[in-house]
Amino acid sequence: MNDALISYILHLADNTLILAQQNSAWCAHGPILEQDIAITNISLDLLGQARNFYQYAAQIINSAKAPSPLKRAGGEVTEDTLAYLRDTRDFKNCLLVEQANGDWGKTILRQFLFSNYQYLLYEKLQHSNDEQIAAIAAKALKEVIYHLRWSSEWVIRLGDGTEESHQRMQNAIDELCMYVDELFTKADYETALLKENISVDVSLLKNAWYKKTGEIFSEATLKIPENVFQQTGGKQGIHTERLGYILAEMQFMQRAYPNSVW
Amino acid sequence: MIALFKKYYYGDIPDDNSGGSSKPLPTGGDLEGAWPLWEVFIRSKQGLDHKHAGSLHAADAQMAIENARDVYTRRNEGISIWVVESKYIHASNPDDAESFYEPATDKIYRHPTFYSLPDELKHM
Repeated sequence: MNDALISYILHLADNTLILAQQNSAWCAHGPILEQDIAITNISLDLLGQARNFYQYAAQIINSAKAPSPLKRAGGEVTEDTLAYLRDTRDFKNCLLVEQANGDWGKTILRQFLFSNYQYLLYEKLQHSNDEQIAAIAAKALKEVIYHLRWSSEWVIRLGDGTEESHQRMQNAIDELCMYVDELFTKADYETALLKENISVDVSLLKNAWYKKTGEIFSEATLKIPENVFQQTGGKQGIHTERLGYILAEMQFMQRAYPNSVW
Repeated sequence: MIALFKKYYYGDIPDDNSGGSSKPLPTGGDLEGAWPLWEVFIRSKQGLDHKHAGSLHAADAQMAIENARDVYTRRNEGISIWVVESKYIHASNPDDAESFYEPATDKIYRHPTFYSLPDELKHM
């Protein structure tokens, strides 16, 4: 049970950390100053959520008597060791969040697809039997509501904008839609925690997700392609090549100068 | 890029090139010319009035409010936002300062400081 719980918390944390890291690359590169700040705010919101989950995971790992492979060099596990010293196979984020930023449209779309999912997930997760997870989800839900509102606005603006912005959004959909089903495919650790009502049955969120996505896309004059082969594996640690590059950049300092601090 | 950071102060909002433009939005590059400038007013938790916080660019009012939320309330500054397109703000001309404001400087009798208050009157 403990292993499943740790995996589940790390999954929730990794999703938000990787998306935060990706969004943060827009800092100082946003299309205009105001949106530069907006995407950076969202990045920091997600990073905050990741920290809460990592801190909780570290607490559980440290309190367990059994040796954990995460306890490196005999030391205590912290949020930092979990973020900086695990390799791609240990990361349990879904494939969607590790997809490249692409242009502004693709970043917006990735955020919308994920925020829509995260909103439905946290709405349920705030009633989890695990009090700490429930509290983190309840706090984060307010942030996510704004992320969803902001990204929905932009999907509509760009989809129903100029010919070029519409085309770019449609291209982004074609590139990202193969990573959608994974969000609603239960990993073994999610299934294991269902009975105790700690995790959320993500497969049940799918209809509501498609309904909202359909509404926004129809206003944005965008189409969801049908019968697309779906990629999965991220939640089990089987990632696309890109995660390696993300981690290489994010973890470089701790790998090159272990235990360095600001 | 430099042009994006031009800051306008009270009284120097140019009449001609600020505010809304009827030009269609370009698909890339120079957004500066296309997105109108908006003035942002924020009401803080303690305050009763909306105070001018600054300005920003946005395509319409909805975006202006969201941009204002992201740019001007991220350090917990406010609980209410007003936005108005800068072109609708008419400012006094700095050249008029002499005739507008200076005549008031030597009229101290306009301040209610020449009355002797009875001791019983508190909190004045």
